[in-house]
Amino acid sequence: MKQLMLGNAAVARGLYEAGCCVVSSYPGTPSTEITEEAAKYDAIYCEWAPNEKVAMEVAFGACLAGKRSFCGMKHVGLNVAADPLYTMSYTGVNAGLVIGVADDAGMHSSQNEQDSRHHAIASKVPMLEPADSAEALEFTKLAYELSEQFDTPVLIKMCTRVSHSQSVVEPGERVEQEIRPYTKNIGKYVMMPGMARLRHPLVEERTRKLTEWAETAPVNRVEMGGTKLGVITSSTSYQYVKEVFGDTVSVLKLGMANPLPVRLIRDFASRVEKLAVVEELDPIIENHCRGLGLEVIGKDVLPMEDEFSQNLIAARLGGTVHSGAALEDVIPNRPPVMCAGCPHRGLFYTLSKNKCTVLGDIGCYTLGAMPPLAAMEMTLCMGASVSSIHGFNKALGAEGEGKTVAVIGDSTFMHSGMTGLANIAYNQSNSTVIILDNSITGMTGHQQNPTTGYNIKGEPAGKIDLKALCKAMGFRRVRVVDPYDLKACDQAVKEELAAEEPSVIISRRPCALLKYVKHKAPLRVNADKCRGCSGCMKIGCPAISMREGKAVIDATQCVGCGVCQQLCAFDAFESKEG
Amino acid sequence: METKNVMIVGVGGQGSLLASKLLGHLLLNQGYDVKVSEVHGMSQRGGSVVTYVRYGDKVASPIIDRGEADYIVSFELLEAARWLPYLKPDGQIVTSIQQIDPMPVITGAAKYPEGLVEKMRAAGAKVDAMDCLALAQEAGSAKAVNLVLMGRLSHYFDLPEEAWQEAIKACVPAKFLELNQKAFHLGKNA
Repeated sequence: MKQLMLGNAAVARGLYEAGCCVVSSYPGTPSTEITEEAAKYDAIYCEWAPNEKVAMEVAFGACLAGKRSFCGMKHVGLNVAADPLYTMSYTGVNAGLVIGVADDAGMHSSQNEQDSRHHAIASKVPMLEPADSAEALEFTKLAYELSEQFDTPVLIKMCTRVSHSQSVVEPGERVEQEIRPYTKNIGKYVMMPGMARLRHPLVEERTRKLTEWAETAPVNRVEMGGTKLGVITSSTSYQYVKEVFGDTVSVLKLGMANPLPVRLIRDFASRVEKLAVVEELDPIIENHCRGLGLEVIGKDVLPMEDEFSQNLIAARLGGTVHSGAALEDVIPNRPPVMCAGCPHRGLFYTLSKNKCTVLGDIGCYTLGAMPPLAAMEMTLCMGASVSSIHGFNKALGAEGEGKTVAVIGDSTFMHSGMTGLANIAYNQSNSTVIILDNSITGMTGHQQNPTTGYNIKGEPAGKIDLKALCKAMGFRRVRVVDPYDLKACDQAVKEELAAEEPSVIISRRPCALLKYVKHKAPLRVNADKCRGCSGCMKIGCPAISMREGKAVIDATQCVGCGVCQQLCAFDAFESKEG
Repeated sequence: METKNVMIVGVGGQGSLLASKLLGHLLLNQGYDVKVSEVHGMSQRGGSVVTYVRYGDKVASPIIDRGEADYIVSFELLEAARWLPYLKPDGQIVTSIQQIDPMPVITGAAKYPEGLVEKMRAAGAKVDAMDCLALAQEAGSAKAVNLVLMGRLSHYFDLPEEAWQEAIKACVPAKFLELNQKAFHLGKNA
């Protein structure tokens, strides 16, 4: 039966129908729902791994053992997993192995705008690129066929608009796959120089065969229309081209991003007067065409940055551009903020007050960089806070050590903060690391992780004790504070910065959005006591605003955390009970 | 049928995903091709959020661009004004009059503009503005603003009441069905 399905859910459906048995992933917008949806099928074992490299190696192990497997991640996650990817290209697979990677053109929720197709080309791994949910389902199943036929892992490239758009699909039945018995094969699976040298020519031969396959594969399709302009395009860009031009232009829609066909493109080019390539981010198809000696319109008129839209395509390639009315007023921006009751707020207020240099990391708490807290000055990639503070302090010595902290979330710490911490313990910098333990992976929408004690299905699981872990790594000074308690936070930060040895502060309180967290009644402002000093506005709580010179609390947002109460010199914030 | 466009806008966390789920279900059941495009991740943390719902004989793009929306459904007044350029010249805005200060207003770096409903009308938009939060609270929960707005939007759609009711039943958890049905009716009859 026809139904609306999110692109990510359609990939999960494809996994189910293809008989996939093992899924291991790390959450990352916009890829997360692939694995969340897959976990709803009892026939698939699913898990959150500590990071993408681990996830990919788990999936590799499962395919080696003879069952179809999958791992999913966002574009930057593929950097973390690049190490196994590039060599899995050499070993190939036993049962099918598919890797889902979701790009984020426009950076809706990412730190960069990299184009994952480069990884496919560099690792010589085939990549399919669906343009809607129906294709996401179909291509996922096809990916397993290709994986087993050509003895290679296969990448499925999603993007925000395909991952997070719902469109119509017709789900089918699951087809169970016979296990492919594992057999010892040292030449294929032990990649040391002597063996790898023999595998590399096979990889090149495979790419030649896949290129031949791409010449006639149904996923690369020609839609002839008007011949004044021919457009080569893929993914969501295809949808914008169709929206603007319909059948008035001819389209070569490429469903396979790597390897790209040659004869098919030459033939298409010969049938149209002018050739354009419409692709988001980098000019990969365009450069391929230029390499074939074809003249194309591409990044000379279309941007390398941000996502496309129908108006953009129309403006640059000659279609109808729509416009609407706008007000003369300046509409203030509405950037994302830490939620009311967010446990990170009290800690960041403390860091701001103590004028700390804060090296940050990836998660909800990156919002600590935003005004009025503005208490984070570096965010690079997962785990970089812990590694960088060591370098920062080694460079500056006591001058840096006395006021610099690293902040990292519980999930990010498990992902790649531990190795940085090992370096601090080993090479001995007097660094202060703060683990913001909100007992969940927050930004991506509440996924469990190795510190929460629950698995992806919410069932009890192994639980890593952060305090014991840090102690075992050689840190003598490890303390836990409640970030709702501003005095305790202040004392902990001051003492650990002053200490003459490395230390870890675990700022521990569950995310205020977790269902099991019980909230207190909203506070209210006693207008007689409020002097309008705006002291409470320093914490950037979205539930507090100033109206006619007095603070007011939005009762629909306030969860009664009491951080503002501790700041007010006039006791103007009152609990309902009191 | 030419593709119709509905934008659902608001502040992250206000419940726009349920509204788009309901519309998607409703329109698919009417036999249309439908695409719904959502935003997940960082913007959901109190940022400006937008969901696109498109339906017709054959829908290509998953997003709605400037000057293309037939309807803008807004959970918050400033957000209606922010997305106004996306409305077609003869398009309809259905908005709650609730005001939530964004952080630049909270910090004093910017001002929340006044008289937005009148200004949007002066700019040529048809604006149906109402206190959806009060109606949602009357229905039993401040979280039911989405159903109040859907009730109001149903005015402008030529679809039978049963189709909306079926969609509500399919998309809302059973224990909150009655509350949501009430919110829908309060919005519809406001």
